[in-house]
Amino acid sequence: MSAVKPILQAKGLLKRYGTVVAMRGADFELYPGEILGVIGDNGAGKSTLIKALSGAVIPDHGTIELDGREVNFRGPEDARNLGIETVYQNLALSPALTIADNMFLGREWRKPGILGSVFRQMDRPRMEKFARDKLSELGLTTIQNIHQAVESLSGGQRQGVAVARAAAFGSKVVILDEPTAALGVKESRRVLELIRDVRNRGIPIILISHNMPHVFEVCDRVHIHRLGRRLCVIDPKEHSMSDAVAYMTGAKLPEGVTEAA
Amino acid sequence: MSTQDTPTKVISDYEATLAKADSTVANFDRDDKSFIHILRNFLRTYPTMIPALVLVISIAVFSIIAPRFFGMGALSTVLKQVTVTGFIALAQTLIILTAGIDLSVGAILVLSSLIMGNLAVMSGLPALLAVGIGVFFGALMGALNGLLVARIKLPPFIVTLGTLSIFSALTLWYSKSESIRNVDIEAKAPELLWFGQSANFGGASLSLGGLTLFILAAVLWYVLNHTAWGRHVHAIGDDPDAAMLSGIRVNSVLISVYAVAGLICGFAAWIAIGRVGSVSPIAFSTVNLASITAVVIGGTSLFGGRGSIIGSVLGAFIVGVFNTGLSLAGVDDYWQMFAAGTLVIIAVALDQWLRRASQ
Repeated sequence: MSAVKPILQAKGLLKRYGTVVAMRGADFELYPGEILGVIGDNGAGKSTLIKALSGAVIPDHGTIELDGREVNFRGPEDARNLGIETVYQNLALSPALTIADNMFLGREWRKPGILGSVFRQMDRPRMEKFARDKLSELGLTTIQNIHQAVESLSGGQRQGVAVARAAAFGSKVVILDEPTAALGVKESRRVLELIRDVRNRGIPIILISHNMPHVFEVCDRVHIHRLGRRLCVIDPKEHSMSDAVAYMTGAKLPEGVTEAA
Repeated sequence: MSTQDTPTKVISDYEATLAKADSTVANFDRDDKSFIHILRNFLRTYPTMIPALVLVISIAVFSIIAPRFFGMGALSTVLKQVTVTGFIALAQTLIILTAGIDLSVGAILVLSSLIMGNLAVMSGLPALLAVGIGVFFGALMGALNGLLVARIKLPPFIVTLGTLSIFSALTLWYSKSESIRNVDIEAKAPELLWFGQSANFGGASLSLGGLTLFILAAVLWYVLNHTAWGRHVHAIGDDPDAAMLSGIRVNSVLISVYAVAGLICGFAAWIAIGRVGSVSPIAFSTVNLASITAVVIGGTSLFGGRGSIIGSVLGAFIVGVFNTGLSLAGVDDYWQMFAAGTLVIIAVALDQWLRRASQ
């Protein structure tokens, strides 16, 4: 373990919203090629931790290192430019725009030649084909029309679009915040397969989920968050789901952790 | 570090049948064949058709009421009347697409025209240089609005209500409350009047300003629908948080939108000098609300994210047709205002009805 350096690492993250403390010295490590589960009670600060890693929240204190180099994200676009792609709980889609426009928001492909370089014209046909391919890979075949506005999709289909976007563009780290919360059985299964596919391409994944069977099925390690900081990291093959639930709710303290949270 | 690909747990039984799942793209028989359905669907797909239809119908109706109305003569008069409002409505459309509103567009227009007039006529600068400086200040005033909205996070309504007063005050101070007369402009800087020229086509006269309005509308339509910046403008109006999380630099896009709107207002100042022939610090006092009226009648949502440039031009025309039509029909002026007000309410009601139907 010591030979492998974490690809994404956070130390002592602190974030206050007014008088509410969302993170108090949270540490975090993600190793290359792994699927890391992040679980914790509601209000434990999982989302704030994830938003700090994706650039959407700027921590008050603490450092974040990507590939061993310290990074200071000023916004999500900085994290995205470095290859960190995130699916947020609220999905971050623009309802009035089409599926393809949403997938390419902020990184539109332009037409080759003068149309693209001078007139800045987007290459819609190429973007739409790419979007259709990615949705089919995810098994989202109930989307009939790729020109459809996202607002006309069902909740699950929207989530599918957001997951497809992250999987297609993440090059360093893919962060999924509750990616299967609104999905059907078939689509959830596809998302889990997709998570493995992405990992097999060598890209590590952070999976935040309340769905214990999913977390225990796909994750290599599980980070348990409690009261604004990391309580412990467990190996899902050596611990049971009831252990994990006991740790994260404070019913039981993991071995080696002495401090009551 | 990582484990093998096989799942660590057996997949549950209920998921086992997934291998046989249908993988074709879903397809349904259409059952919406009635006329109302087809019409509603058509209007939903092409929302710009609503103002277009209203325009055609209102022209037809006024031609019956006032036969003098029908013909290129009256229509080209309408075009001349709505040219400046049309330009301002284009600027306003950009702002409203971001879910903002700009009450200072008229003030920017007037101050820019005074800068052009004063520099060219009083200070004797080359007219085109004066125009350039005027347009530049227009963009600067727009950018100031944008900075206050994006950086200080003030509501656009408040920001532009404030700058409306500030720019108007600066206008009176800078102009010393004096107008620049037509004879002086003609003598010293005839280039300022360029856009007032018109070409005659058998009864109709198309002013250069009117032609430029159509060109600018086409350019903006292209930019909004076929460039990344245009998509970002829509996305920000739709849901600014989602746009931010999607990696759009919301603040810079917002500032650029307000600056471009100011630039258009500055350019419209040149058009306005050509249209009126003189420069007055108290002209165009109604253009703010007229531009908002045109945008709303054109089908652009005040809640942002949805709308069209073409619709705004059509909206400006609809108001112009009603004004000219009613006055040719011998109706008193105040009924023109009455008609414009009614149109706004009907346009928004129609928009809501269509949107509800799409849920």
